[in-house]
Amino acid sequence: MNVLSLTAKQIAELVLTGSLSPVDVVEAYLDRAKRLNPKINAFITIAEEQARRSAEELEKRLRKGFSGKFVGVPVAVKDVISTKGIETTCASRVLKGYIPPYDATVIRRLKAEGAIVMGKTNMDEFAMGSSTELSAYGPTRNPWNLERVVGGSSGGSGASVAARMAPIALGSDTGGSIRCPAAFCNIVGLKPTYGTVSRYGLISYACSLEQIGPMTLDVDDCALLMEVITGKDGFDSTMIDYKFKWTPREVKGLRLAVPKEFFGEGTDERVVDKVWTIIKLLESQGAVYEEISFPLARYVLACYYIIAMSEASSNLARYDGVRYGFPCDLSSPWYDSYSKVRGEGFGVEVKRRIILGCFALSAGYYGRYYLKALKLRTMIRDHVLSILKNFDVIVTPTTPFPPFKIGERIEDPLALYMADVDTVVANLAGVPAISVPAGFVDGLPVGAQFMANYCHEDLLLTIAKCIQDETKFHTKVPEEARL
Amino acid sequence: MSELKVKIGLECHCQMTSLKTKLFCRCPADYRGKPPNTNVCPTCLGLPGSLPYLNRRAVEEAIKVALALNCKINRRMVFYRKNYFYPDLSKNFQISQYDYPLAVDGYVTINVGGVDKVVRIKRIHIEEDPGRIVYKGSIESSPYTLVDYNRMGVALLEVVTEPDMETPSEAKAFLQELRSILEHLEVSDGSLEGSMRCDANISIEGGSRVEIKNITSFKEVERALSYEIIRQRNLLRRGVQVKRETRHWDEVRRVTVALRAKEEEMDYRYFPEPDLVPIEITDEMIERIKAQLPELPAARRVRLVKQYGLTEYEARVLTSDKHLADFFEKLALIHGNPKVDCNLVINELLRLLNEKNIGVRDLKFTPLEVSELLRMVDDGTISWKSAKYVLRRMVETGEHPRMIVETEGIRRIAKVEEIEKYVDMVFERCREDVEEALKDPKVIHRLVGEVLKETKMLADPKITFQVVSKRIEKLKTIRKWGEVPP
Ligand SMILES: [Zn+2]
Repeated sequence: MNVLSLTAKQIAELVLTGSLSPVDVVEAYLDRAKRLNPKINAFITIAEEQARRSAEELEKRLRKGFSGKFVGVPVAVKDVISTKGIETTCASRVLKGYIPPYDATVIRRLKAEGAIVMGKTNMDEFAMGSSTELSAYGPTRNPWNLERVVGGSSGGSGASVAARMAPIALGSDTGGSIRCPAAFCNIVGLKPTYGTVSRYGLISYACSLEQIGPMTLDVDDCALLMEVITGKDGFDSTMIDYKFKWTPREVKGLRLAVPKEFFGEGTDERVVDKVWTIIKLLESQGAVYEEISFPLARYVLACYYIIAMSEASSNLARYDGVRYGFPCDLSSPWYDSYSKVRGEGFGVEVKRRIILGCFALSAGYYGRYYLKALKLRTMIRDHVLSILKNFDVIVTPTTPFPPFKIGERIEDPLALYMADVDTVVANLAGVPAISVPAGFVDGLPVGAQFMANYCHEDLLLTIAKCIQDETKFHTKVPEEARL
Repeated sequence: MSELKVKIGLECHCQMTSLKTKLFCRCPADYRGKPPNTNVCPTCLGLPGSLPYLNRRAVEEAIKVALALNCKINRRMVFYRKNYFYPDLSKNFQISQYDYPLAVDGYVTINVGGVDKVVRIKRIHIEEDPGRIVYKGSIESSPYTLVDYNRMGVALLEVVTEPDMETPSEAKAFLQELRSILEHLEVSDGSLEGSMRCDANISIEGGSRVEIKNITSFKEVERALSYEIIRQRNLLRRGVQVKRETRHWDEVRRVTVALRAKEEEMDYRYFPEPDLVPIEITDEMIERIKAQLPELPAARRVRLVKQYGLTEYEARVLTSDKHLADFFEKLALIHGNPKVDCNLVINELLRLLNEKNIGVRDLKFTPLEVSELLRMVDDGTISWKSAKYVLRRMVETGEHPRMIVETEGIRRIAKVEEIEKYVDMVFERCREDVEEALKDPKVIHRLVGEVLKETKMLADPKITFQVVSKRIEKLKTIRKWGEVPP
């Protein structure tokens, strides 16, 4: 038995029965991660020492009868989630050297179930990007093809799971940042309902849109992770009272809405084809589908980017070099040193979004941009909910194209923003959405996306489970990850 | 020139000192006296990933204030972000309120020189206090700047008035009334250093509006406004237009100075705080709070007049400071002579407090000790004059009044035999005066004065007068019968 081929659920079971020791599990994954990381660059930090220490402690606690859902399971954590004692950089120079003095709520909950943080994964700087090329630590490479991007911004998390450098990973999704790399990596990625997973400790980019969520090899791990990370938290006031629970059911009778705008122009025909294959598969299992219209589709990107950039301009104001991270130049007046720190510390895309966000919020333009975007957001949400009155889920491709080449779109921000066109709707509406492996185009993975009503993650997992059982796509392993 | 109308509006920032924790985290709200940057957590430090979570008590306390200031309370309260860069601000934005403040359209009645006047309240909202910038020495000479975030996130209540005040003393009266109301509501203790700060805007007919920032205490407001009125009048007199600007009150030099023009045009880029949900304020909540409102200064004044027979003026002085009024009422309860008690508190105690620049709560004794002091006056142990002296010593040392009377030997001389000894001495020394007194009864007073002087003013004047008069009468009788005095 090779530990690296197991799911998280299997690892935890074997550790609990005593067939596996947490130290052995951690060593196996550390060894794997260290070996593959120079090629794939999935991790910014491999927390070797901390992971070892945690595994040893866990062994002691196990002897005293400790038990949990993730005992001995290494977890890769996107570098946007605060981990006590482990450097957390958001892939930015501005936060280099910052070691949080506290754990994010999700990390606390995972640790309480016996999980072990094994490292911090690469991402687009401050989660701003769709390809994990915009990292101060260089791009992450797709395990399915090292010339290709891994999707963004949780690309490091996606690659780490796909390449079996970690059994499970946490990502964050602001406009598709979990689902896009999940699609490009042939894994399962879920963005939960807004307000069901605590954001405390998640380094904010656009707080009204983003959620932490699971990125896993299979649907069962995804469900297990959801069970652990959802639930009210006194540290996040935007949360609703919801605890994920899943009882698998049949897809028979489920009604799927297929909005044609997301299958039309701008979407690669081969991707459209794969997603239709999935829809037909579900139909063969008893689901029914209907093509519908989503006329607001052409506004979603503008709406998303104005809101995200506006919030980002404010959220990122705290990186001034005074309290942590990039050192402040103490010899100049504070406003000069702030400018210097921010000028040198932030990458080009982050600066672009801060400036555009400041502009959208400024006195003269607030009404014309920010308020308009808020109104549009309400319309989009209402439209999504009206569709979900008549249907159980909405199906779209996760991304309009398969993984593209590293550097291919980097010079053209608008072309890069297009990668989010299918995913941002769920963030604007706050509804849950999942990306499920939908097959391969030229040996590159693509995903199908499903959106459901608030707190209907169970429906999404039911569908995902059906697809997984019928296609077995999740058992395919990239060349780089052959064990 | 002086009849040009002055308009003054105030923005008062009051720390909600009664709250146990800060506004958006669970750090203690009482940061005073703690080593720098020890009263902090990820949230108030604005660490990456931290989130604010609202202290609901703050909202309830603020509603109390809004009700006491006769405001309309908005049923939906939304927090906004006010974005600006400054080192004392941990997130480089402040969570405040903007479009939907807690309350609007209230009023407060103030009284200056016996005349009532209504000052309208424009709005009341809640926001977080920034940290504190600490310089070594002065701003100009300090080689570095230190920032202490212990205060960061403490709940502030901002009360904004309409420009209804016309003189610095009206502004002062407003602030005193506000402070007293907040103290009676037990929302804010105005006597704590830095707990109340204020910005003032002021304009003189024909001039522009000038904002004075950074007035760190209510005491300074009157000074800053007086200075600014003179400055603006002088400009207008010379035909110079008053610029619309923001000025800084320099407490040390007691002048206002213009802030750099750069800081004037601020675009705060307000937008709704996405990390906090809007708060619905229900009628039930308001009714519940209304039912629990304590007696407020205005009502207390009426009661003090009725219950203790005080004058309007006395009641006003007492209620200008809740602790002073509390002190008086306790004293009156124990001692039971409200007129005397009020006199002592207003005329003696308050004067000493002002002189020493301390508050009632800094006193090292209680009304019980003061009642003991007054009892000694009542039973003749000491004179009223000595009592005033003892009170001063009590303020200075905190010692028990009986102790002070004993150790300082200021017990009053009231025994006739004892006084007679001093009278003997004076009659021996001042033979001429005695002769005069025999002819002119008015001179008796001079002799009494001499006796008092001899006793260091400790002898009871009334008894002394009786003894001296008796002695003179006796002498007269002896003279009349031709006998030579012994
Ligand atoms: Zn705190």
